[in-house]
Amino acid sequence: MRALLGGAAALFFATPAMAASGEAVNPWVAVAYLVSGVLFILALRGLSSPESSRRGNRFGMIGMLIAVVTTLVTHDIASLPEIGVAIAIGGAIGFVIARRIPMTDMPQLVAAFHSLVGMAAVLVGIAAYLNPGAFNILDAAGEILVVSRIELGLGVAIGAITFSGSVIAFLKLNGNMSGAPIMLPGRHVINLGVLAGIIGLTAYFAVLPTVETAMVFWIIVALAFVIGFLLIIPIGGADMPVVVSMLNSYSGWAAAAMGFTLGNTAMIITGALVGSSGAILSYIMCKAMNRSFISVIAGGFGADSGPSEGAEKIDRPWKRGSAEDAAYMMKQAENVIIVPGYGMAVAQAQHALREMGDMLKEEGVSVKYAIHPVAGRMPGHMNVLLAEANVPYDEVFELEDINSEFAQADVAFVIGANDVVNPAAKTDKGSPIYGMPVFDVDKAKTIFFIKRSMGGVGYAGVDNEVFYMDQTMMLLSDAKKMCEDIVKSL
Amino acid sequence: MDFISILSIFVMACFVGYYVVWSVTPALHTPLMAVTNAISSVIIVGALIAAAAGSQADGGQTAKWLGLVGVVLASVNIFGGFAVTERMLAMYKKKERK
Repeated sequence: MRALLGGAAALFFATPAMAASGEAVNPWVAVAYLVSGVLFILALRGLSSPESSRRGNRFGMIGMLIAVVTTLVTHDIASLPEIGVAIAIGGAIGFVIARRIPMTDMPQLVAAFHSLVGMAAVLVGIAAYLNPGAFNILDAAGEILVVSRIELGLGVAIGAITFSGSVIAFLKLNGNMSGAPIMLPGRHVINLGVLAGIIGLTAYFAVLPTVETAMVFWIIVALAFVIGFLLIIPIGGADMPVVVSMLNSYSGWAAAAMGFTLGNTAMIITGALVGSSGAILSYIMCKAMNRSFISVIAGGFGADSGPSEGAEKIDRPWKRGSAEDAAYMMKQAENVIIVPGYGMAVAQAQHALREMGDMLKEEGVSVKYAIHPVAGRMPGHMNVLLAEANVPYDEVFELEDINSEFAQADVAFVIGANDVVNPAAKTDKGSPIYGMPVFDVDKAKTIFFIKRSMGGVGYAGVDNEVFYMDQTMMLLSDAKKMCEDIVKSL
Repeated sequence: MDFISILSIFVMACFVGYYVVWSVTPALHTPLMAVTNAISSVIIVGALIAAAAGSQADGGQTAKWLGLVGVVLASVNIFGGFAVTERMLAMYKKKERK
């Protein structure tokens, strides 16, 4: 066994010069990249359950290490110290950010990371265009191969879209920019025009002789940066889970396009994995909102939330509850289902909420958490926050698994969620959220609804029938403060 | 490798990705995004090639610097992405059996 490994290693390391010259490709190099691609598949596979997830993450790290080391040992490195410094700088920054970032800011962080992948793809694409020899994409006549040009054009375009789109998503999620949609007049025409321009120019770029392509190439890059920006500004805050997933997908396709250029299996496999992952997440998010992907991309949701039917309902009677009421009722209850939403994240209420849950459990109350797929600003956002607050993951349930239990629940405790519990989605055909799967909290015996004030309505801008129901008590306060008050009263 | 074999790998990988991602539990969708972010930074391979090549051709010097910047960006993502995923996954705990 050892001899075999030794032999493999010798073969692997003995021929760097060969690969660098670009003519003969050491088969072990291809195998190494393939192995790292497979390890990336295993990394995602591990996420099928929390128990196997950490091992999966390790596989991912090993895969990355193999890819980087293979690249370094099989190329003539003219500048190893510089590369070492570059990795050290980037690694240190990444590591510190990863340690310090609060879990509530995860959507922003992921958007920021997407932008980096996009930018890296653009840089690699430009570098390959400027120095095609190093990337082995020249034909016998010294021209960049036609197929490589298409890949390059598409790669830098997708990378640039990912970058500028993610920057906008980051600014919106981070609150540097209003979450409200920004609607340019005639934006669909502009966007389609720019997209058509990028595709047309890529085709033109592919057929031109190399010397004349410079201008076209840079225009593609510039247009792609612009379109990424234009695509995301009209999309409102509530649709951010879809946008973040979509940009995740784009960053994958960008990596795949570069993988084609380099003929690198690790990059192609990864790109395909990440691309499909983002696409599936976007699909899940759209389905959970009963919206088509096209309508999300077209943007504007939440902007035209005119007080159409909501206006005359504003003065309807509702009951206000106190922390003591909530504490008393929940202590008496047999089972309580907690429905957290983005408001919980904003108020950083997850720890206080868990404390409340723990005290109820000590009283013998069964406590479950119900999470809607689009709760929060990115897929799975609420699960991470609850996990951070030490809520065991087997007390946390998905929409379809728990929805039937509301009918038997003594208390539904809604904290920072709104649209996902709005029965209008089931009954009111005119409602913008009609058809969206929602929690049947209206079937619970008692509903506590934490909300900062009666004024604001959810992101979809629709009034919620649940506020005015007989069994509902509104707890008007900051979510965190309310949970703490309830804990005190228990 | 010729274009068709690369394309075959790509298409197969898309299918693998499709089935693997559907099997990911929704509770781990945020770590999924973080880890896909980290692995898509395998694009560092391209940046390393550009940075390593140096000034063999006219554009080589510029390409090298672009590559180095690419290496920095991708490294932020690799280290940050894996570390933050690890941090999140460490938080997922089962109910303590009493």
